[in-house]
Formats: sequence, C-alpha cells, structure tokens
Amino acid sequence: MSFIKLLFLVFASSAVLSAFMMVTTRNTVYAALYLVLTFFSTALTWLLLEAEFLSIVLILVYVGAVMVLFLFVVMMLDVNTAATREGFVRFLPLGAGVAIIMMLEMSLVLGPKLFGLDVYPAPVPKPADYSNTEAIGSVLYTVYVYPFEIAAVILLVAMVAAIMLTLRRRPETKYQNAAAQAKVRREDRVRIVKMDSETRVDDIAKQGDGA
Amino acid sequence: MTLDALNLMPILPEIILLVLACSILLIDAFMRAGSRDVTYWLAQISLVVTFVAVLTGMSMEQRLSFDGSVINDALSDVMKLAMILMISMAFALSRSYLKDRDIHKGEYYILGLFGLLGMMIMASAYSLLLIYLGLELMSLALYAMVAIHRDDIRSSEAAMKYFVLGALASGLLLYGMSLLYGVTGSLDIAVIRQAVLGGEVPKLALLMAMLFMLSGLVFKLGAAPFHMWLPDVYDGAPTAVTLYLSSAPKIAALALLLRLFGDGLIGMLPDWQMLMIVFAVASLFVGNVIAIAQTSFKRMLAYSTVSHVGFILLGVLSGTADGFSAALFYTLAYGLMSLGGFGIITYLASRGIEADQLDDLKGLNDRSPWMAFILLVIMFSMAGIPFTLGFWAKLAVLQAVVEINLVWLAVYAVVMSVIGAFYYLRVIKMAYFDKPLVTGMPVQSLDMRWVLNGTGIAVLVLGLYPAGLVALCAQVF
Repeated sequence: MSFIKLLFLVFASSAVLSAFMMVTTRNTVYAALYLVLTFFSTALTWLLLEAEFLSIVLILVYVGAVMVLFLFVVMMLDVNTAATREGFVRFLPLGAGVAIIMMLEMSLVLGPKLFGLDVYPAPVPKPADYSNTEAIGSVLYTVYVYPFEIAAVILLVAMVAAIMLTLRRRPETKYQNAAAQAKVRREDRVRIVKMDSETRVDDIAKQGDGA
Repeated sequence: MTLDALNLMPILPEIILLVLACSILLIDAFMRAGSRDVTYWLAQISLVVTFVAVLTGMSMEQRLSFDGSVINDALSDVMKLAMILMISMAFALSRSYLKDRDIHKGEYYILGLFGLLGMMIMASAYSLLLIYLGLELMSLALYAMVAIHRDDIRSSEAAMKYFVLGALASGLLLYGMSLLYGVTGSLDIAVIRQAVLGGEVPKLALLMAMLFMLSGLVFKLGAAPFHMWLPDVYDGAPTAVTLYLSSAPKIAALALLLRLFGDGLIGMLPDWQMLMIVFAVASLFVGNVIAIAQTSFKRMLAYSTVSHVGFILLGVLSGTADGFSAALFYTLAYGLMSLGGFGIITYLASRGIEADQLDDLKGLNDRSPWMAFILLVIMFSMAGIPFTLGFWAKLAVLQAVVEINLVWLAVYAVVMSVIGAFYYLRVIKMAYFDKPLVTGMPVQSLDMRWVLNGTGIAVLVLGLYPAGLVALCAQVF
C-alpha cells in the first residue's frame, strides 16, 4: 500500500465517521464541530486529487466562514434536542433498512468492477509548475460564465428570501430621528390655547338647566 | 471569449428578466409599505417585456450556445411563453388575496420573477450543470414564497416540509447526475446521448444514475409514491402561492424530463419507461382515489394534481414524438385549468374569509351564475368530459400510450379518470343544487375578474377548438 493510499483511507474514514457522529451526537455544538471535521477531511481528500485550490477554498469558505457563523447561530438558539429526537427509535428500523439497501446497491455499482483502474485509468499527474487555480480561472468567466452568473442569482434570491422571512418592522420600537429633531419649530411643540376662566360646577349645572 | 453576441442573443430574454427583476427589487425597497401595487404593475410590465423578447427571438430551428450547454428550440420557446403567461395570470389572480391577508409584499412578485428566471433557464438548459442551477433557483424562490405568510403556522410548516423534501430530492438528482458525469465524462446532454446510444458505458452504473435522477425529478413533480409533500404544501401555502406553484413549475419540470430522459437517456428508453409506468400507475390511483375523501377544495385540487402528473408521465413514457407533444399539451392544459381552479378560491376569498373548503362552493349558482359556469367548465375539463380541453389532453396522451401497445395502461387510466370524475362532478353538484351557506359575492379588482373570466373562456374555447394548440404542440417536436 502506497503512502498516498494510506492517507486517503485515513481522510476518507475520518470524513465518514465524523459525518456519522454529526448526525447522531446529542449536542448541537458538537454536531457543528463534527461537520467542520467532515469538511476538513473532504478537503484533504481533494488535496490528494491535486485539486489544491478547491481544497483550500473549501476550508476557507466553509470551515472558516460558513461554519463559524453557523456555530454562532447554534449557540444562540435554544434547540430542544429531546423534541428533535422524538420518534427516532420508532423510525429507526425503516430508516436503517433503507440506508442498508442503498449502501448495498451503491457498493455493488460503485465497486472496482465498473469503476476500477482498468476501466478508468488514473489521470497522469500534472507537472510541478501546473497551476490549477489558473486552470479554473481561465474557464470560470469564459466557458462557465452563464452557470457562474446563475449561481450568483441563486445567492441573491437566498438573500432576498432570508431578509423577507426575518425582517420584522416593529411599530412599538422607539428610535431617535435626528433630522426631525433639528427641524422642529416652537409651533410644533407648544400650542397656546385661549380658554375661558374656570367656572364653578353649580354654575355649569345652572347653565345646563337654562338651556 | 464566450461573451459575444452569438452567445448572448439566445439568452437575451433571461438577461432582460434578470435586469428588470433586480430593478424592481431596488425600486420596491424604497417604496412605502402601502404602495405595493406599483410593484405589481412593474412586475406585470416586465413579464410583458420578457414575453416580447422571447417572441421576437423565436425560431423553429435549434440553436446551441455556450458550448452546447444552452439550447433554444421551438420547445423551449413555447414553454417559456406559456410560463410567462401563466405567471402573469397567477400574479393577477393573487393580488387581492395577498392584500386581504396583509401579506401583500413586494417580495411575492420579485421572488416570482426570479422563480420564472429559474424556469426559463430550465426550459433551455442542455447541460446537467444548468439543469441543476435552474432547478435550484426556481425551488429556492418557491420555498420562500410558500413561507411568505410567516405568522401562519400551517404555511410555515408547509414551507419547512417543502424545503426539507425538496433538498432531499435535489440530493438524489445530484447524485444521479454525478454518476452520469462519472460514466460518460460529460455534462452536456448531447454528449451523454451519444455515449448512451454508443453502448460502451457500463449499463449497471447508467441504471443507477437514471434511477436516482428520475426519483429526484419525480419527487419535484409530485408523482406518487413521492407525492407526500404535495397536498400538505398546496394546502398549507397561501392560495396565491399555490396558484403559482401549480402552474408554471410543472412546465419546467416537464422540460427537464424531456431533456434528460426524452433526449439524453433516450438510449435507455425501455428502462426508464418501466419505472415511469410504475410512477404513473401509482399517481393515477393515489390522485383519484384519495381525492374523493377530501373535504377541502384546495386539498382535493392538490390530489387531482397528483393524478394529472400521472397523465403527464404517461405521455413522456411513450418515448415517441407524439407522446412528448401529448405530454406538453397536457401540461399546458393542466396549468390553465389549475389556474382557474385555484383562481376561483382566491376570487371567492375576502378579508378574513377563506373559501378553500368544498362547503364554500355550495350554491355558487345562486350567488353568481357566471362564476358557477366558470367552475363548471373547469371541473368538466379536469374530469375529462368530452369536448372540453381536459378531454383532448387525456385523449392525446392515451393515444400515445396505445401507439406503443400498452393498451392495459390506457384502459387503467380511463378507469381511474372515471373514478376521479366523481369528485369533480360532486363539486358541480354542490355549486348548482345545494343551498348556499353565505350570500353575496366579494367585489374583486377589474384585472382579477378579467383574468379569471379569460381563463374560463380560454378553457372553454380551447375545448371546442383544440386544433391550434394541438398543432402547436405537435410542431414543437
């Protein structure tokens, strides 16, 4: 067994194990951390595939930005883990059955018989000065510019949707409007009212009788 | 460089729609809360502009752009025109409903336009990448639209269900696509088609890829046994959103079926045909039998959608040009009928009053004979009573099925439609022979009345003179 194969086995098994732990762990913060580990292991397997740029981007974007944000959200939310586990045991046999069947199917199809090295030979390693960052850059804005733009629109829609669902205008919230404060004139605040002088209550009663 | 006129002209309608939608997004953000009508009219104008753009760029010949990943042919153009028309009608039918529920937000129209953009991308996608991106763009907009009534617990539940199951379906689809890419080495449908027809690709892996992709797509379409989400989402979502959901997205889903299976995997016709037969048989059964037990008109229409999806699948599974054009005809007819059906619900609803139960339709003839007549036309058409639009659609599909010698399937479909006719006729019986529970009709805006009347008349006229639409659908293939 070559060293690279050994590395692959280590990374792949850690990816699978951490994904499994992410689903089964009780603590949501741990789950988020296991997901980080899954991303990390996946990134490392990509590194073995000589996709250095994508691998680093996966770590930077997903681990560095998305998951950290996600961790904040998870910590702030008070998730009732007991309620989410309701029915876990009841649905376990069905879920496990489906999972096992799918795993069997996949291992039958994705085995070395159909996808072995004799069918799909390993690609020739690129020379040391080959830059796959440049390779991605040269097609991303030319050949794949249309899908790239659509992906941007998808992000825009996600943003619009998130704002629509969370933005709440609260009429009861008080806030200062500096411009309005500066613009205010005396007449807006003080009203001079001419009133008759006070009269006694029985006088009013008398007036009422007279009318 | 691929950003030249040769590549940009075919996607001009999409570019125009995107620019207009973004402008409306900006304008809407600066407007006062009370003036959402402006957003509505701007959205309608941009739909008209996009419609004209598609119409002027229309041609019968097939044009590929962006290295063969975008296809513009008669099929994509007809689908785009139909989608734009249906979405414009859905907007018109839903405005007063949204206002009455205090959810008349600009985002409904903006997300609606972005959803349309996704559908248009799907209609002319010719690579797995674009298919997936278009589908996600549409789905994301739809999830948010279902959740638009945030304070309504049923609507939120529906959105959550839709989102989770939709994500699962996307996962299935993506897994299948990745396998297909793995064995054929290309994302382009044209290359995949050649590879599959060539027969050098391992059959087992292809079967697996096909199974995953078909499951994902059928999930999105809402065919049994993957229909569980559909009644809950259609029923839980505000009717305005259900209107949108049930019309144009079905056309987009048909586009994917036709491109992926009718074109890319046509070399595996016997394999996916068998699977689709299973889905169609299950959908026809579930849709028609369970609908009988519903007391909610909205839920009943949702189950009837499942059975209509079964019919659409019948057209696709024949694998012939006749079958494909029958499926297209059926989808267009269904979109129109469903707009009418859900449109009546939004028409009868007013502030604080939902009209989505079957009891709400009782005695409609006493309240408004004209509305009752529109309901009659649409229900007859959905049931497939002879000389209505739905009848011709069903006939075309059944002809296609009989042509490939699946007579038992056609007979089964007819039997199921006869069972289904019961609940459509029950609606008509309620509207004409029962005593009304309420009196008077809500006063609705002029554009809404026009559109609903137009839908009813279109269903009626197309039922009497279906030749034009049939010819159009036949010409496309």
